[in-house]
Amino acid sequence: MKLKVKEERCSGCNVCRVVCTLQNFGAVQPSQALLKIKGQFPDPGTYKIAFCTQCGVCAETCPEEAIVERDGEYDINYTICTQCLICVDSCPFDVIVVTESGYPAKCTGCGKCVELCPREAVLADHDSEGE
Amino acid sequence: MLYGYAGSILKIDLGTGEKKIENTPEKMAEEYLGGRGFVARLLYDMIEPGTDPLGPANVIVIAPGPLSGHLLPGSGKTHFGALSPATGGYGDSNMGGHFGPALKYAGYDCLVLEGAADKLSTLVIDNNDIKIVSADTLQGKGAIDAEKELKEQLGEDFQVLTIGPAGENRVVYACISHDFGRQAGRTGVAAVLGSKNIKAVAVRGSKPIPVFDPQAAQAKGEEMYRVCFGKPGFKTWTPYGTASITGWANEVGAFPTRNFQTSYADFHHKINGQAIIDRLLITDKGCFGCPTPCGKYGHAKTTVGSAFVEGPEYESIATLGGSCCLEEIEEVAYANYVCDQLGLDTISAGVVVSFAMECFEKGVITAVDIGREISFGSLEDVVYLLEKIAATEGIGKILAGGVKAAAAVFGGGSERYAIHVKGLEWSGYECRNAPGMMLSYMTADVGAHHNRSWALGYDVSESDADVSELIEAGAGGSLEVSSPEGKVDHVISMQHSRPLYDALGICRLQTMEIGFETSYYEEVYELITGRKISWQEMLSISEKIWQLTRQFNVKHIEGFGRSYDYPPLRFMEEPVASGPNKGRYIERKILDKMLDEYYEKRGWDENGIPRAGTLARFGLA
Ligand code: SF4
Ligand code: SF4
Ligand code: SF4
Repeated sequence: MKLKVKEERCSGCNVCRVVCTLQNFGAVQPSQALLKIKGQFPDPGTYKIAFCTQCGVCAETCPEEAIVERDGEYDINYTICTQCLICVDSCPFDVIVVTESGYPAKCTGCGKCVELCPREAVLADHDSEGE
Repeated sequence: MLYGYAGSILKIDLGTGEKKIENTPEKMAEEYLGGRGFVARLLYDMIEPGTDPLGPANVIVIAPGPLSGHLLPGSGKTHFGALSPATGGYGDSNMGGHFGPALKYAGYDCLVLEGAADKLSTLVIDNNDIKIVSADTLQGKGAIDAEKELKEQLGEDFQVLTIGPAGENRVVYACISHDFGRQAGRTGVAAVLGSKNIKAVAVRGSKPIPVFDPQAAQAKGEEMYRVCFGKPGFKTWTPYGTASITGWANEVGAFPTRNFQTSYADFHHKINGQAIIDRLLITDKGCFGCPTPCGKYGHAKTTVGSAFVEGPEYESIATLGGSCCLEEIEEVAYANYVCDQLGLDTISAGVVVSFAMECFEKGVITAVDIGREISFGSLEDVVYLLEKIAATEGIGKILAGGVKAAAAVFGGGSERYAIHVKGLEWSGYECRNAPGMMLSYMTADVGAHHNRSWALGYDVSESDADVSELIEAGAGGSLEVSSPEGKVDHVISMQHSRPLYDALGICRLQTMEIGFETSYYEEVYELITGRKISWQEMLSISEKIWQLTRQFNVKHIEGFGRSYDYPPLRFMEEPVASGPNKGRYIERKILDKMLDEYYEKRGWDENGIPRAGTLARFGLA
């Protein structure tokens, strides 16, 4: 699932981040979440959501071509990935994390954040999926 | 292994700089759950009788609970406790935001601070890396400004607690501030932090919390959110948050107005939830894990000043709006902001300021004492007094001790309308036609606070309706006299259920406001911790904690007993001045009867002291 956001609806609850790490890593560990919530306080008093737009920059930079596109989404092929972590720095939104095993991880499009966001601030981007 | 918990307790002696990391005792987790349970147990064991609340021998315990930081609604709560400088007895305060979860991700179920640093410092906890650094540059800074500065310095992923000038100056109702608008407001925990020379605590945690059955816990957590999404109150209550009760509180004559002279404010429409939405709101701001964000973050413009501010929530509306008579929502919000920056609890500060206003009106204090004339309804006067209090300057020096201490200095009969119990100022519900709520305030361990038992809905409706149902139903015509019959049992039961959330580290608003079922907590607790324990058994733990905090007061307050459980004379002798409960009050003999029944049911003697057999029954002897 490709994501889009409506930041003005976000309340900063971080539910998206907790469910993301449970779904993808089986752990309650939001520091490893594949999206980020940043409060802009006290002024202007809003939240910014950094998420994977499936822009493909990481795929372009990966020297091993380990990140591949399928149906508009980019996946890391861990059988090819050499843990060089060049992709981590390349992501314009800073949403590739390094896991404890030393591998990079990026949004898998699982859609759990969309399902559980209480505010409908993270949404499925059906338009750009052509649905 | 202790699933669900972070696993360690971090103890720091601020005087010597010594840090100890101990395993969280399994037995304590089993017997006291966490949060309020850990706070009560550790304070009871660690503080000697005769300790000065503002001396280095006092101890601060900060504890999220076993459910904090996990995937379930409202998992962002943290409990703070110390020997209270406001009451001299058991002090604690609960706070939302993101601090508690971060503390757990850093590996700690509990942070214990002893001793005092030799100069103003910031405690920085970056997982296992713990430092006490100078806070020179933050001295005298507003709590919000200090948080912003520390976040810029350390990084956005640090969760920060700060105190304002009021905490540095040991005002006994100074609050700990976090996330630009969340506070541990009550009982003066920030004055204790100030006395330890700690301006701020910053935590970054990046570790996982072990879960017994992650897959099943995730599925249960997801289900809990979906159930919340399906509650009618999810859509109707959330936009207004706690301010939604303002209209109802007025309809039922329970809105503290003019220093509790009356219980109805004819201007309440101008300071309610709708006014916030129409005139202030920028965004809804939630705590960690919250599906129903009650925080209303906005911007307020007044003739005195303008500011970004979270709130006002209901309590600030009641005390700054109602009790001080600020008639416009912008004014209430601005006064709220001033409290937030200075690091003052809006509840106590609002009650203290309105007390000073009434004292002036009655000629008990003069313009010379105060430095100017003051009057109800003046934002300028409110801000003037708040600043004096935080600086402990002039009249502020006396007011910084709270209404009980100030009335003792002012005299002139002012103790009749010094609105407090045990030295803690009364929060936002006037009770002269609410015997159950009155008893709740009288018997709360920390003093006049509503969060232990909120029996007002029961007083009015004689039902267990949740808040959104009460608001929906309205007061309905003229109000009957609320009977004291059957209220004691209800209060006792609420004194177990509501504080239980504080022991689990979760928010109770999903249950209290929109009717979320408690059975889910029982189920998710088992999946997260691997330990099966029924809600009923958890309530028994909460009851034990209640006995322990009572005993704490017996241990620390000389002469403690029944005389500490009465409301101010105003509520027992003076009729409500206007509104739906005009002419009403509750005679002392009615309250005495309720207290007798309450003590009996608690297993306390007629002076309110737990009997030896009672303590033994709870394993506290
Ligand atoms: S991980 Fe970052 S670089 Fe890669 S597709 Fe997503 S947004 Fe683009
Ligand atoms: S779609 Fe899935 S992997 Fe991507 S950010 Fe959301 S929860 Fe995480
Ligand atoms: S779950 Fe939704 S509201 Fe909560 S932080 Fe994530 S995007 Fe914001």
